[in-house]
Amino acid sequence: MRFDLQVISSRIDPGSTLLDLGCGNGDLLDWLARHKQVKGSGIEQDKDKAAHCISRGLSVLQGDMLEEMEDYPDKSFDYVILSQTLQQVYEPARLLYSLSRIGRRFIVSFPNFSHWVIRTELLLKGQAPKSQELPYNWYDSPNIRVITLKDFRKFAADVGYQIVEEIAIKTGPRNKTGKVIKFFRNFRASYGIFIIEKS
Amino acid sequence: MNPDVASPTRLISEKQFYTYGHPPDKVILESGAQLGPVTIAYETWGTLSEERDNVILVAHAFSGDSHAAGFYPDDPEDAKPGWWDSLIGPGKGLDTEHYFVICANILGGCMGTTGPASINPETNQPYGLDFPMMTIGDIVDTQKALLDHLQIDTLHAVIGGSVGGMQVLEWCVRYPHMVKAAIPVATTMRHSALAIAFNEVARQAIMADPQWKKGAYYDSTPPDLGLAVARMVGHVTYLSDEAMRRKFGRKLQNKDEFSFGFDVDFQVESYLRYQGNKFVKRFDANSLLYITKASDYFDMIDRSAEKKSLRDLDHAYTRFLVISYTSDWLYPTYQAKEIVQTLKRTGQNVSFCEIEADCGHDAFLIPDQRLSDIVGGFLKRAERSDGHEI
Repeated sequence: MRFDLQVISSRIDPGSTLLDLGCGNGDLLDWLARHKQVKGSGIEQDKDKAAHCISRGLSVLQGDMLEEMEDYPDKSFDYVILSQTLQQVYEPARLLYSLSRIGRRFIVSFPNFSHWVIRTELLLKGQAPKSQELPYNWYDSPNIRVITLKDFRKFAADVGYQIVEEIAIKTGPRNKTGKVIKFFRNFRASYGIFIIEKS
Repeated sequence: MNPDVASPTRLISEKQFYTYGHPPDKVILESGAQLGPVTIAYETWGTLSEERDNVILVAHAFSGDSHAAGFYPDDPEDAKPGWWDSLIGPGKGLDTEHYFVICANILGGCMGTTGPASINPETNQPYGLDFPMMTIGDIVDTQKALLDHLQIDTLHAVIGGSVGGMQVLEWCVRYPHMVKAAIPVATTMRHSALAIAFNEVARQAIMADPQWKKGAYYDSTPPDLGLAVARMVGHVTYLSDEAMRRKFGRKLQNKDEFSFGFDVDFQVESYLRYQGNKFVKRFDANSLLYITKASDYFDMIDRSAEKKSLRDLDHAYTRFLVISYTSDWLYPTYQAKEIVQTLKRTGQNVSFCEIEADCGHDAFLIPDQRLSDIVGGFLKRAERSDGHEI
């Protein structure tokens, strides 16, 4: 399992209920069900991936995450997870509001745009940065949002989301290994993971 | 599924019958009308476990029957297997090595279960229009009576497509404690105006046939023309624009030029006439009237106060898997999503998948490994989590 998902899984209480948005092939849901008896559900846009999840025994809805979340009553889940997707979302504030509504806690992970490699690339080359985490050109990138750890902290404070824990990690987009960054996080972390409660 | 890899041993089934509701203890239908005795024709595959807990009930669509899989012992070599044979059998989605699969012909049908063509014991004549109007709920109750007779009090799953999917939903509100998993396929919580409209055209085609005689045609020529036209209309709703374009386009049937008359010119005309004529050999016109009307009346949401609706499921007894097909315009995906929404709002455990297919509503009956995989995987999970569900 991807390193960021490992970090997220380690924060989930056994036996809790959870919704994984953009659950892909369902690796996180499957791991949590097997190892932590988590009652998980997933939402996945891609028909084949959703079908794959269901045939491996996971509860998954195929559809658009914003639309699908609307039907859940408030606080339907102990956790709602949005991993490596926020930077691709057209209406992030609305999406995050939905997460905060249906989850007691929600966990967001995203690539950190203020990582030093990205900073130096823009500074020295004068071009839109490309990195292992954000490998696309400006014209074909699905990553339409530029988010830094610092920006996210400010956003959370502005809208009244209480950050329960912030974990900064250095890892690749599909890497199974990585490390937790303790100092100069906004400069050194390639991904940020935020565990949030609505205050 | 590739016929070359079909299992070498043919899955054999046998039509069995159970009769209950003998007068004076007749069956009381939802309308209050009484009916009895009621005979149910059913078939089974696989072996019932000692705990009697490995049962999967298959609910058939409006023109289907109990012969969902395998062959009858006296079938000729070239006979076609049951209508969902691609899904039912050893190693398939409904794996008969593990599960005991039951399919019963629906009430009002004409394939062995009591319907308008059955003999009314009070007159010793076929019921015809004296057959009481039954509902999807009444159909489900006959299936429940059959399970009681077989001493089965829990269903590992109930699965069905189209009108069969309606029965699945009805099962979940009538007997939620009995159903561990429910798989409604290519179905709806209630008919749209479009679906009712096509059913009404089909019914009018039958009733406009002079041979129909208000349903009392059993001792004379049946309304075959009307029934064939009804089937032609139905068949169009089961296909899709894409499928028809691919299959027929504007191709002509056995000719190079138009006949400039009303004979068959286009292949699609020939196909529909063939389907219509084939159908009259195996189906009763009155059954079509009753079953289409029952499916038009079916409504999982707006119900009288004493009847539970899909919104009233207050506990998550059942795991749901809702499946739709991209090109189904009879019960389009948005209607499957309405089921999903309703289930989510009451906190049900629900999975949903839209399968990409261009053959329209009929897609659920066409052999498709994806359906088998999804259903098989979903059921295994239901097995694994037995006893741990809320």
